[in-house]
Amino acid sequence: MRGRPMNGRSLVNLREDVAIVLCGAAGQGVQTVEHILTQTLKLSGYNVFSTEEYMSRIRGGSNSTLIRVSSKRVSAYVDRIDLLIPFSPGAVTHVRKRISPQTVLLGEKKVFGSEYHSDKAIDVPLSEIASQVGGPIYSNTVAVGLITGLFRVEGDILKDYLRHHFSGKDDPTIRKNIDAAQRGYAVGRNLLDTGKLQIEVQKNARLKDEIIIDGVEALAMGAIAGGCNFVPFYPMSPSTGVATFLAQHSKEFGIVVEQAEDEISAMNMVIGAWYAGARAMASTSGGGFALMVEGLSLAGMLESPAVIHIGQRPGPATGLPTRTEQGDLLFALYAGHGEFPRAIFAPGTIEDTFYLTQKAFNLADKYQIPVFILTDQYLLESHYNIPSLDPSQVKLEKHIIETEEGYKRYQLTEDGISLRGIPGFGKGRVVLDSDEHDEEGHITENLELRTQMVQKRLRKLEQVKGEILPPELIGSPNYKTLIIGWGSNYHVIKEVIERLGRKDVAFLYFKQVYPLHPESAVYLQKAKRRVIVENNATSQLGALIRLETGYEMDHKILKYNGSPFSIEELEENLKWVLR
Amino acid sequence: METNLFDMKDTDIAWCPGCGNFAILAALKGALTELGIQPEKLVVVSGIGQAAKAPHYYQCNLFNGLHGRSLPAATAIKAANLELTVIDESGDGCMYGEGGNHFVHAIRRNPDITNLVHNNMVYALTKGQASPTSQRGFKTPVQTDGVFLESFNPLALAISLGASFVARAFAGDIEETKGIIKRAILHKGYSLVDILQPCVTYNKMNTYKWFKENVFYLEESYNPFDRMEAFRKAVGEAKLPLGIFYINPKPTFDESLNVYRENKDPLHRRTPDIEKLSQLIDSKRGIYRK
Repeated sequence: MRGRPMNGRSLVNLREDVAIVLCGAAGQGVQTVEHILTQTLKLSGYNVFSTEEYMSRIRGGSNSTLIRVSSKRVSAYVDRIDLLIPFSPGAVTHVRKRISPQTVLLGEKKVFGSEYHSDKAIDVPLSEIASQVGGPIYSNTVAVGLITGLFRVEGDILKDYLRHHFSGKDDPTIRKNIDAAQRGYAVGRNLLDTGKLQIEVQKNARLKDEIIIDGVEALAMGAIAGGCNFVPFYPMSPSTGVATFLAQHSKEFGIVVEQAEDEISAMNMVIGAWYAGARAMASTSGGGFALMVEGLSLAGMLESPAVIHIGQRPGPATGLPTRTEQGDLLFALYAGHGEFPRAIFAPGTIEDTFYLTQKAFNLADKYQIPVFILTDQYLLESHYNIPSLDPSQVKLEKHIIETEEGYKRYQLTEDGISLRGIPGFGKGRVVLDSDEHDEEGHITENLELRTQMVQKRLRKLEQVKGEILPPELIGSPNYKTLIIGWGSNYHVIKEVIERLGRKDVAFLYFKQVYPLHPESAVYLQKAKRRVIVENNATSQLGALIRLETGYEMDHKILKYNGSPFSIEELEENLKWVLR
Repeated sequence: METNLFDMKDTDIAWCPGCGNFAILAALKGALTELGIQPEKLVVVSGIGQAAKAPHYYQCNLFNGLHGRSLPAATAIKAANLELTVIDESGDGCMYGEGGNHFVHAIRRNPDITNLVHNNMVYALTKGQASPTSQRGFKTPVQTDGVFLESFNPLALAISLGASFVARAFAGDIEETKGIIKRAILHKGYSLVDILQPCVTYNKMNTYKWFKENVFYLEESYNPFDRMEAFRKAVGEAKLPLGIFYINPKPTFDESLNVYRENKDPLHRRTPDIEKLSQLIDSKRGIYRK
């Protein structure tokens, strides 16, 4: 990584799509810098995407945040670093594999590291400037100013946003932050004016009104839209943010959010809450879901609706607590003893995360089955701008009846669906039993009835099949090579396909992975070559597709080191496959 | 025999003749009737075991869930609809063994539910192994040298956790048991009634005769609001006291939930405020609005 010494005059021209990486120790406030930057850059008219990778610790170590600022919508991870802002001495070493001769280092020389030399390292005395304002604590705000200056964010936007962001603080603190940002801003503008850096990314005024949210917020707000009003949970990365968000909005929206003693309790609370007429959701990660499996089987037997969010992270066991993986698809599919129907969504975009979570509540209620939403750390903790979300797009459907005297909870019906009553609403009694039961819900060992009840439960899956979301084809319909992906790999595959620009390649995106839509086989059959891209080691969707449709994958591009695919590595892999 | 609202026709009761469960069933039905509770407003949650089958034998809404997991379900049911009377009825193995962690945290959480534990000091449905409350020296096909683990003391544990209502009854006395159950149901908050009960098939140690010789009622003058005294009664007596050990009035879980501060409607009658959600989504635009 040695380069020529700094000559102070090298001109770097960054165009269209700039990858900024902020890197520092845990507890240094890098997340706050990310937050203010993404908001102000968006308000100024840029497309922004940001995602974090971090260690499972509270202080120290090295964490990094990628922010892409671009003319076009981009929402995928890149390895490339155009601008690196190190906040701690270990930062450059932490991301050094991603540093190229074109990477510009911006920040304090003392944290660049003694072995690092580049003519593209620009010393900006952040803490010295901060000290002039009031102390080194303002360094992060100087850095915010520096970057907004480089991108010519309007001064008023920066000032107003800082005032908004620090609105809980006293006046002198707000003033000092604004002062710090303005001084950083001047340095940034000066770098442009002196020609040390040139940045050309188009602004689009229409983006100012767009929203920026991450997967956590999309999922939590989708749950609210779906009528979710009961969230028992046990903290576990990366799912905790969902319960935290809902707890913080529980008063406004009337949601019971309760931290349970364990996930076993949480899952049984979910089922109890649905029984009494609430709409409940379990939100956890693979390890927590392992404890919920007993309860999942109970939901199967009781024919209880349940919405279960699994924010995947690498396993087995504790694995890599803060990293990402798509390793629990088959676990979610096969979890629970006994045979019972279920549905599994795997959203890959912010919009799909919102709308599918909302839909999950209707689907669970209608068919009285568990419905899963499979996400992962990468999806949950990536932010980007989208036009908006419309909660009235999916209509809230409640499937509860007022019972009559003699009500039978498990009345045998042609479609397998019995009308669902709840206790205290109507004259009937609602009886559920985890044992095999008769139509009234009482325990039975009548084996003929057992057979009928099994068939009744499984008939519901046939009904669910009428509502499966088909996979989406992105790219040319005259493809020869079909790239297959699900969940959070949506954006990276889509962007790589667009970069390749080939008429014979398309991408088939599965946002519902179970049951698979019958159209899936039609798409697969048409392909001369099938390539699957998954964030796991055993190609779980590939296995499921083979089981359900008989089609084998010709190539598998798999990644399981805890990081998401980058544009560069997927492009390289696909080029090799297409060679 | 007297009939009441809670009677069920044509039930095939799975208990052994002479089982203490029959007496508890009679006491509970009597208590429910005298309190004027309507079966359609009553939810009974149970786990797995011979005791957990009890609610199949009287009129109620029934959630017969998993072994040991009844308390989380009961907590959620009450929290979803304050209009329901919620009873959690199961055995010592279910509540104190498999469900031990939930038992501890249900006491801390203090939902307004009544927890009836049929305590026969043995696992009957699985045919005679030791339970957490089995006494030292109790021999079983598994504990062949006799139980040598410390016997679980649910009352002492509940009192140490500051439980809201702690009582013990004996199935051999239906009238007194009925009275204690009534007090427990009327109590606002989590109430534990540990009901001593002989198992005529698998517990040859703690028989009707043994219980009669080894229980006594707390005296009239006993003050159930004195926590230290309650604890002493729970651990310090050679024989087993019966009655209400401890009452600790405090806010319940349900009434502490902010969803019920201004509106007591059950959750099933509510719909999300889409207007407010749209505003929340809008706030993600940053500070500039159209």
